[in-house]
Amino acid sequence: MSGNKQEEDPRINGIKTKIRVVPDFPKKGIMFQDITTVLLDPKAFKDTIDLFVERYRDKNISVVAGIEARGFLFGPPIALAIGAKFVPLRKPKKLPGETIFEEYELEYGNDRLEMHVGAVEAGDRALVVDDLIATGGTLCAAINLLERVGAEVVECACVIELPELKGRQRLKGKPLCMLVEYR
Amino acid sequence: MFAAENGLKGDPRLEAISAAIRVVPDFPKKGIMFQDITTLLLDHKAFKHTVDIFVDRYKDMQISVVAGVEARGFMFGPSIALAIGAKFVPLRKPGKLPGKVISESYELEYGHDCLEMHVDAVEPRERVIIIDDLAATGGTLSAAISLMESQGAEVVECACVIGLPEVKGQHKLKGKPLYVLVEPSGLDKF
Repeated sequence: MSGNKQEEDPRINGIKTKIRVVPDFPKKGIMFQDITTVLLDPKAFKDTIDLFVERYRDKNISVVAGIEARGFLFGPPIALAIGAKFVPLRKPKKLPGETIFEEYELEYGNDRLEMHVGAVEAGDRALVVDDLIATGGTLCAAINLLERVGAEVVECACVIELPELKGRQRLKGKPLCMLVEYR
Repeated sequence: MFAAENGLKGDPRLEAISAAIRVVPDFPKKGIMFQDITTLLLDHKAFKHTVDIFVDRYKDMQISVVAGVEARGFMFGPSIALAIGAKFVPLRKPGKLPGKVISESYELEYGHDCLEMHVDAVEPRERVIIIDDLAATGGTLSAAISLMESQGAEVVECACVIGLPEVKGQHKLKGKPLYVLVEPSGLDKF
């Protein structure tokens, strides 16, 4: 179900009002979407997790992959609730075991996302989680990592989407579920 | 204090948790036997046991804040916070938090590092637990305690999945108790 926003659900507005926008961070012109204020509100945080859990609990998801570091705030609670493994996708040199990596573009230069070899198996059904989708570059790298080991990416899940950056189109045809748009 | 000495002696969940942790020799450098909790996160039952043990311990202690140290503290803290109805506060490396922050530096083997927290995250007299995956020297946890106390909050306990031997002797960090589930494991997972 592509482009699905949980429009009707009354919990969405409660979450949206808890997101703090910080102007000019990390640099001038960027309106940073700060989700730490959602985490400070137990009800809003619980609602966020519940919305994703309700969506995915019956979809036979075996892996929730979370993108460092804010994906680690949402991914594990979802994984625990739906009975899936949690796999952290990390910046270079953080994971101690044997890893595979995928490069992705930044505004200036490249970065890498790494995953442990053996964490995800062929045939695993995966969900990729991050707090926000902007250009989609990081999520695309995550999808590539999972597909390279033979997993099927079922969907990407983000709390916030910045639709003007068109990240949704960079997900290799995978659907995106997000809760809140910021324009 | 170790969970096995504090009410959970013989609890099979502790054995499952310990067995799920992978040791990676010589990471990040020679001589270090790195305790890799990513294999614990791959074992849904053992991961759930980990969270459940902490939740059972803290749910009736009127804890209003769970603070997690970046990044592996983020993998355990939020689930605990959600289950006990507390706020989750991330304690981060410098420059990551977008709002106004306070910071506390702490010593590494060579040099020092810094932990930051948003100034509006905790209020005076809030009851806090601080979570990380592992306690070694206690330096990071001590910095975290300082951050909390600078805001007038009360750290009730520090909690880690793994406690290194050097931590066993010192049950208290800056006078605060430390609660640990398991000692380091010694077996390869995969």
